[in-house]
Amino acid sequence: MDWAVYLVGAAMILTGALGVILLRNPVHCALMLVFTMFGIFLEFINQGADFLAAVQIIVYAGAVVILFLFVIMFLGVDRKEAIGAERLRFQRPLAILLGLVALVEILALSRVDHWVSGAPAQSGALKGAGSNVAKLGQSLYTGYLLPFEMTAALLVIAVVAAVVMSRRHQPSAGEMSPAAQKELRESHQSALSASDPSLAGRLEAPSE
Amino acid sequence: MNAAYVIVALPLAGAIALLFAGCLPIRGPVGKVRDPWSGWLATAMTLGAFVATVWVWATQVGRSASGRSSDLNIFTWIPVGDLHVNFGLQVDPLSILWCLFVTGVGGLITLYSIGYMKGDPSFNRFFFYLNAFVFSMVVLVLADNYLFSFLGWEGVGFCSYGLVGFWFERNSAAVAAKKAFVTNRVGDFGFMIALFLMFKHFGSFNFSAVLGPLSAGHATLAASTATALTLLLLLGAVAKSAQLPLYMWLPDAMEGPTPVSALIHAATMVTAGVYLIARSAPIIHFSSSGQWTIAWIGAATALFAATIACNQNDIKRVLAYSTVSQIGYMVLGEGSGDYSAGIYHTVMHAFFKALLFLSAGAVIHALHDEQDMKRMGGLRKHLRITFPAFIIGYLALSAIPPFDGFWSKDTVLAAAFHKSPALWAVGVITAGLTAYYMTRQVILVFYGQARWADQSAAHGAAGHSAPPHEAPPTMTVPLVILSVASVLGWLLNAPFGGLDFINRWLAPVFPAAIAPSFAVHTGTKWIIGLVATAVAVAGVLSGIAAWRRQVDRPALEPAVLAHGWYIDEGIAAAVSGPLARTASDLSFEVDAKLVDGSVNGIARLAAESGRQLRRIQTGYVRNYALGIGAGAAVILFYVALRAGS
Amino acid sequence: MNVPSAWYLILAAVLFGIGATGLLVRRNVLVMFMCIELMLNAVNLTFVTFARMLNDVGGQVDVFFVLVVAAAEVVVGLSIIVAMFRRRAAATADDIHGLKG
Repeated sequence: MDWAVYLVGAAMILTGALGVILLRNPVHCALMLVFTMFGIFLEFINQGADFLAAVQIIVYAGAVVILFLFVIMFLGVDRKEAIGAERLRFQRPLAILLGLVALVEILALSRVDHWVSGAPAQSGALKGAGSNVAKLGQSLYTGYLLPFEMTAALLVIAVVAAVVMSRRHQPSAGEMSPAAQKELRESHQSALSASDPSLAGRLEAPSE
Repeated sequence: MNAAYVIVALPLAGAIALLFAGCLPIRGPVGKVRDPWSGWLATAMTLGAFVATVWVWATQVGRSASGRSSDLNIFTWIPVGDLHVNFGLQVDPLSILWCLFVTGVGGLITLYSIGYMKGDPSFNRFFFYLNAFVFSMVVLVLADNYLFSFLGWEGVGFCSYGLVGFWFERNSAAVAAKKAFVTNRVGDFGFMIALFLMFKHFGSFNFSAVLGPLSAGHATLAASTATALTLLLLLGAVAKSAQLPLYMWLPDAMEGPTPVSALIHAATMVTAGVYLIARSAPIIHFSSSGQWTIAWIGAATALFAATIACNQNDIKRVLAYSTVSQIGYMVLGEGSGDYSAGIYHTVMHAFFKALLFLSAGAVIHALHDEQDMKRMGGLRKHLRITFPAFIIGYLALSAIPPFDGFWSKDTVLAAAFHKSPALWAVGVITAGLTAYYMTRQVILVFYGQARWADQSAAHGAAGHSAPPHEAPPTMTVPLVILSVASVLGWLLNAPFGGLDFINRWLAPVFPAAIAPSFAVHTGTKWIIGLVATAVAVAGVLSGIAAWRRQVDRPALEPAVLAHGWYIDEGIAAAVSGPLARTASDLSFEVDAKLVDGSVNGIARLAAESGRQLRRIQTGYVRNYALGIGAGAAVILFYVALRAGS
Repeated sequence: MNVPSAWYLILAAVLFGIGATGLLVRRNVLVMFMCIELMLNAVNLTFVTFARMLNDVGGQVDVFFVLVVAAAEVVVGLSIIVAMFRRRAAATADDIHGLKG
């Protein structure tokens, strides 16, 4: 049974990953990414990481990829990319070579098992009585409380950063030349007059 | 509180005070800067040091001969490992004798300078240098180790630079100052090598450690070491005391004000070399060849300088060459093994040479800075004090009995005779030349027609029509005192009647172990004295015969002598010829092409490599990512290697 | 019977290699971003595998933090992309090389 799940998951992951890097249309790429996420979900389930598997689907498939699609649609860049033409001469062969080298090295390293000291970590054992969620929560809210709080701060900062960067810049009075201020005031005035004729002339220029 | 500290402290305090006095808003009655208060301060400091020296001397006299030497440590200057160099004063008969005439004569010269330098815009600076000069000299002689003494040695060199170039707005003065300084550097080189050698051999610079065992007869020194040290120290002494071959700076030092010449020639700077040789007597004793070298350098210098002095027209240059010549006598005496004879002559010379220079200064002062003897003459009627003073100095220098010069020179000649009759012969010839050129000078300056009057007439209204005037009392008082000293000073070491005070005084410094005493037969002494007197009188008579009637005698003034054997010109030609060409080659070939080329090449290398490396910065994010990935792959590879092993 | 951990690690390594290659090859900024997500997921898979191998819940906690950081990164990264596209339409990663030396 395990083998079956593993193989299905592996097939989904590899298909999705290759789809991401090979398909030309960004929307298709995003959908292939979701496919990969489901493969990862299967492998997590297969290894007993129930909670993470759920979070994986919720966060990635439900939030991240949706955000991707939203941005793609918002910007209107859902057209095909010319994959064939490569301006950087050695970029593609070198990139493939590098990917292979990295693969070989990681595999070589994964065959070496004396990195493991055998000493138990302070976060506690994974096996044994109790649910996976309970153990994870226990560890997260005791030993990893401070990093956990810091992730909260990190998320807030990220939200603020996103807002600041997406916002269009509105110059304040101090940043404008007198001429620009005057022009802005007149445009506001004409907008006011157009919306409500009774307000005409209400925005007066300050006395010189 | 030992009075010896005061000897050092007073001139130093004066120098520091005068250094900062230039900032004070004080104006003297003359209206010029600090004139004359700076002069009086400097005089008070130097004469105060003289009083302190006398006090120390009197204390020493009260002690037994062996107890007259004491060592006063002020503080340890250089404590390095086993080496401890102190700022320490060695009070012994030799250093106190030197201090006596340095501060005494120096004080009189300072007093004289108040009148001489009156109205000079840099009045204050002059007296700063004078005090610093006396301070350096006192440090030089009072130091209890060679290194501290070297400090004073350098201080003297610096002050002479400042004083010779005192009127530095004149190019000749600036050049003369540089010449004095550079020539002295050659000697300093010898002194320093001697210091290194001394440190290697003795591990110390202290007189007590280096010289003490030698002079007490407890230790001996290998002849090779002794000769090396002697010759190196002699190189220093030769430069400082203006002996062959490094005498050139002294005649040029006449560019300084006349009191400076008096100070440098009589009391301070040039006697430093004589002091150094006397102080190093325990080392010199072990080097026979060194002694011969010293003696012959002295004799050769005496004769050489005397020949030049016969043909100079500048009143001060005659005296300058005579100083070189007389110091030759001192060195000759020391090289002959009779140190007290050399020192005796040094002291006597301090008296009469200071007198001669100060008188010459008064003459120059009277004639408004005229220094050419051919434009003087007939001054004896106008300078009622200066004239007899000059005559006394003249007789003393010409070694006419019973003036100072006769007795001291006679002692030196007796020592030289004992060493070698050849040395004595050179000394005697020099004595005759000395009498000759001094007679020539006296006749040209004080007798004959008053040629300065023609000169002023030729100048017309622009000239100085006022008759020569006698100098102010501040200038004449030192003349009188020095005249008395020049007449009676010889009694300090008269060779009869138990009056040889200096000999007995210095006996503890030069014990028999390092300066074997020798007795010249009394009959020989008489003959030496008579011969010297006869030669001197002959010199005087020939001078009178040659110069009584005529001012210009080209036959007697060959150009080769007037130009000092063309030594200066020869050096100048050598320096400006091949040396200048080498320098120019170095400058335009080696420096411009090799040095500049390599420097510019390095800059070009950096610029070119930057231009090439710039291509790596493509600006493409994916390129950079490739770089990061490659780096990560390399690190992984390394880790994999480590893990596999 | 359980699948040996090595198989999961191999799978993760392959996924990582695909992601890295894609990052270097693709020019569309959004797709490059997706490749980064692939690499992150490869790492996550490794973490979970090691947690199982070593019987340590710490590996799963790490995955949790990686998820949070990835989410924050996506937010910021996408807002950067939006700001970039606002300035110039149809921008690929290669169009932005103002830092060229």
